[in-house]
Amino acid sequence: MDSRRLPRTAVDPKVRRVGFFTSGEPLPARSQSFPAETGGSTTADGGMMSSTTTPDLSVGVISFSPVMIPPPRYASADGLPALGRAAATVTTVSAYSPLSPLRRDAIQLPVGSFNPSEYMQGTSAMLSPSSSRFDDLDFSEEVACYGKKWPGKEVASFPGSSDEMMMAVRGGGNALSMSALTTASVVKTLPGVTAKDGGTFIESQNERVGPARSQKQKTTKAERRALQEAQRAAKSAAKAAGEGGKHSAASSSGAPTNAKLDKGARPHSQNKDGPEDTATASEKRADRNLDKDRKKDFPHPSLQFDDKNRVEKAKRRAVVYQFEARNRVELFRHLPQYEYGSQLPYLESKFFHLDHIHPSVYQVGMQYISGSTSGGNARCKEMLLAFRMAIMDYSISPEKSVVRDLISKINSYVSFLIECRPLSVNMGNAIRFLKNRILKLHHNLSESEAKYILISDIDRFINEKIIVADKVIISHAVAKIRDGDVLLVYGHSTVVEMIIVHALELGKQFRIVIVDSRPKFEGRRLLRKLVMKGISCTYTHINAISYIMHDVTRVFLGASSVLSNGTVYARVGTACVAMVAHAFQVPVLICCEAYKFHERFLLDSICSNELGDPDVIINVHGGKDLNPLAKWADNENLQLLNLVYDATPSDYVSMIVTEHGMIPPTSVPVIIREYERDQLVF
Amino acid sequence: MEPNNLPNPNPSTDHGISAYYQTRAEHHAVVTSDWLAQAQAAVTRNAAVPEVLPKIAATGGSRAAGSGKAFSVIDEFNYWRKKPDLAEAVAAIMALAAFIRSSEATTMMELEIELKKASDTLKSWDTTSISLSAGCDLFMRYVTRTSALEYEDFNAAKLRLIERGEKFGEISLKARRTIAMLGQDFVFDGSTILVHGYSRVVLEVLKLAASNRKMFRVLCTEGRPDRTGLRFSNELAQLGVPVKLLIDSAVAYTMDEVDMVFVGADGVVESGGIINMMGTYQIALVAHCMNKPVYVAAESYKFARLYPLDQKDLAPAIRPIEFGVPIPSGVEVERNARDYTPPQYLTLLFTDLGVLTPSVVSDELIQLYL
Repeated sequence: MDSRRLPRTAVDPKVRRVGFFTSGEPLPARSQSFPAETGGSTTADGGMMSSTTTPDLSVGVISFSPVMIPPPRYASADGLPALGRAAATVTTVSAYSPLSPLRRDAIQLPVGSFNPSEYMQGTSAMLSPSSSRFDDLDFSEEVACYGKKWPGKEVASFPGSSDEMMMAVRGGGNALSMSALTTASVVKTLPGVTAKDGGTFIESQNERVGPARSQKQKTTKAERRALQEAQRAAKSAAKAAGEGGKHSAASSSGAPTNAKLDKGARPHSQNKDGPEDTATASEKRADRNLDKDRKKDFPHPSLQFDDKNRVEKAKRRAVVYQFEARNRVELFRHLPQYEYGSQLPYLESKFFHLDHIHPSVYQVGMQYISGSTSGGNARCKEMLLAFRMAIMDYSISPEKSVVRDLISKINSYVSFLIECRPLSVNMGNAIRFLKNRILKLHHNLSESEAKYILISDIDRFINEKIIVADKVIISHAVAKIRDGDVLLVYGHSTVVEMIIVHALELGKQFRIVIVDSRPKFEGRRLLRKLVMKGISCTYTHINAISYIMHDVTRVFLGASSVLSNGTVYARVGTACVAMVAHAFQVPVLICCEAYKFHERFLLDSICSNELGDPDVIINVHGGKDLNPLAKWADNENLQLLNLVYDATPSDYVSMIVTEHGMIPPTSVPVIIREYERDQLVF
Repeated sequence: MEPNNLPNPNPSTDHGISAYYQTRAEHHAVVTSDWLAQAQAAVTRNAAVPEVLPKIAATGGSRAAGSGKAFSVIDEFNYWRKKPDLAEAVAAIMALAAFIRSSEATTMMELEIELKKASDTLKSWDTTSISLSAGCDLFMRYVTRTSALEYEDFNAAKLRLIERGEKFGEISLKARRTIAMLGQDFVFDGSTILVHGYSRVVLEVLKLAASNRKMFRVLCTEGRPDRTGLRFSNELAQLGVPVKLLIDSAVAYTMDEVDMVFVGADGVVESGGIINMMGTYQIALVAHCMNKPVYVAAESYKFARLYPLDQKDLAPAIRPIEFGVPIPSGVEVERNARDYTPPQYLTLLFTDLGVLTPSVVSDELIQLYL
């Protein structure tokens, strides 16, 4: 039988071409163009398949398995048409096959898959395409080794202080003189890590914890700072001596650590050759400033409120004075919960002392606390408008740098707003956008020019990402409403409201079911608006969802954010609605602007969430005498949980409607990759 | 059965029958009783086919040039879609290319606007055809997105567009060959394959597998009311592949012995699901229940920016259904020719872009229509 068998032909789609492509069309020079090894692959022209155009590649290439899917690629930076781009992409797998496996691993990561660190690093990554550094081989080898020693998974499991951790580890080999103080802090902030890690390093450090702690208590603030300074210099020196190319280690080791590695490594590389004691004080200070700036650029791991040390520190800096609520639910101790009603009067009384907060920002903060501004888009818009006002009124002495000063201003505003109410994802994205714009300002620009640029940027952001995006979403979503439909909506999403109103204007015949829930009863506002428009509505509470779902043909939901695994993070109750709809085979449409997408993952509603005022959930409608739990706080056995958001797994979502079209939840990372990179992070 | 009489320029307006379905019927030579009669009477039918192709260039060129003002993109499309080996998307693109040739626009912008209008009329002429609208979109995409066109002399750019359009038929054939090469690796010796509908791509895959001396067995569904299975099994039997014909309702019964389900697609939608001949959905459901892989072979020009939420979310493609006996009065007949299979029931898609999971389709579409 074997003799009869012809050699099986295997084809490898090395050059992927979608749809049309011209033969004469110049192939886009990809930003991450490969050095010489790729040979003729990038010069492919004409033809449909690579097999005809790049025969040299198919020689000696690893046997091609049919399941091998060419990795997706990055958009070329030079703005060539999508078609041309698609035409010229080369699968990295086959191109690199002759190289050592180690090397291949190191290379493929940045080129092939979605690499969140690029976003985390923000501007720095954009300025220097990481893969351009890949031409010297020994260094990437080292990268791979490094990656093996500290696989991303391990490092990522220390959310709080992986920064310090990495530093300590890096210094570990050479700098034995590293002060015990850091060690102490490392060990302290990583409870239980030693067991999981099993590394000898931390255990050996553990022995020194005792004296370190006592020393820490004794030292004064100034002493501590000096110590820290010395320590930092020591670390950097050790690192510089030890491992040369730390920068790109970042791009190959686990994604979550990337930003941090880079962050740690870059500023220190300045005083690489100087030993610790020769570095002058001024240099160090500049260094620290840079470090600080950089730190603020990256989304910090959110503050865990069960981490006493950090909470204490945060409190000292805080502007808003708040009491922590008692009787908190054990599972949610890492989230902030305050006594409601205590902050507003305090903040009001402090109005004239908070001179570093711009009045408009202050006003927005107050609105957040009082709850008069709610809803993702409204909050984001208010915040941006406040920043706009602040930038308008901004002036600076000529010897200061506009960029740096403005960034620190914005940072202080943001931290103030966070104290008022935790930021939502879209606000985080907007802030990141603004900061990136500020960082991109040319240093020679005059103050008024810079202000003008920033103000028009903010206006553009509001217009493009919110107002126009909503219009596009409406036009997409309306197409999914047919005559005779029964639409179910939950709570009050402004986009969904606009969709319904627009469908009515188009003369579609449909009915609405508004599902509402305690304690906010946001659906009532929507109900009032829709009934006034003359739409036939049914109003019910979420308890009746399984009954009402029988009649429903479409479920329209809004979202606070959509995460890259397709999880929808939205008003609490959304998951319940989506799950019931799924059980009834009713399609669930999530309407969400693309600026609410985030590259983070979310698996449950516990890790990141917001706690609302617990009092509102025990208040029963219908008078004071109906309130048996009025003094619940005195009962130690009673804890109340008022979650504000929940996470809907992507399985229960049929479609996400964005301004870029209707996409399945599995395509959220594609949108993030293709659009955010170009538009949000310039 | 009057719609099967071939020369009928604009049938969708005359009957309730989808024009898309008509093209299919003509291309795949739906096995109806009159077809059988025809086939028996005239074996010459097959011999006539190759003659058509050489004529294409000549007639296509002269028709377009001669008609001038009276040029109708729809007539052109109708002309092309009669060609048996041309996919509908290709016909659409040919028609648009012919439109460019006859266009009197003097600037690129003008041409673009005219072309947009033509493609819109073409799309609205037959809203049931997915590959038609996908083909139009694709060509428009090419015209608007090719940056090289901006810098060229207008006439050169125009020529380039026409050339591109005319090459598309070739591209489509090449795509089919690529898919065959990718897909045949999934056919292993001793496997039993269930096939539904008449798909040129699937046939190509099986042909290649057979010519590579793979030993496999094919189960063909009958494919009521078109009886596409009859024709498909005939083709396979000629290749010497063991074939067994099933009635459509025997799918679950035979699924036990099936190793993989192999179907083509009329269109691949953004969710990664497919729109295909009626019955695909239920076969996919049965296969999913019994943990059998469902493979779809489809060219990338069938990728469409559509997102049906459920079966009724698509305009139905109405076709005639023959029951052999008169239907009792007052009884309705479901006459839709196709259904939508959601992505969770599909295992892999073989396309000319490679072997994709359903979720990658949206990735490709987003990049294509970015």
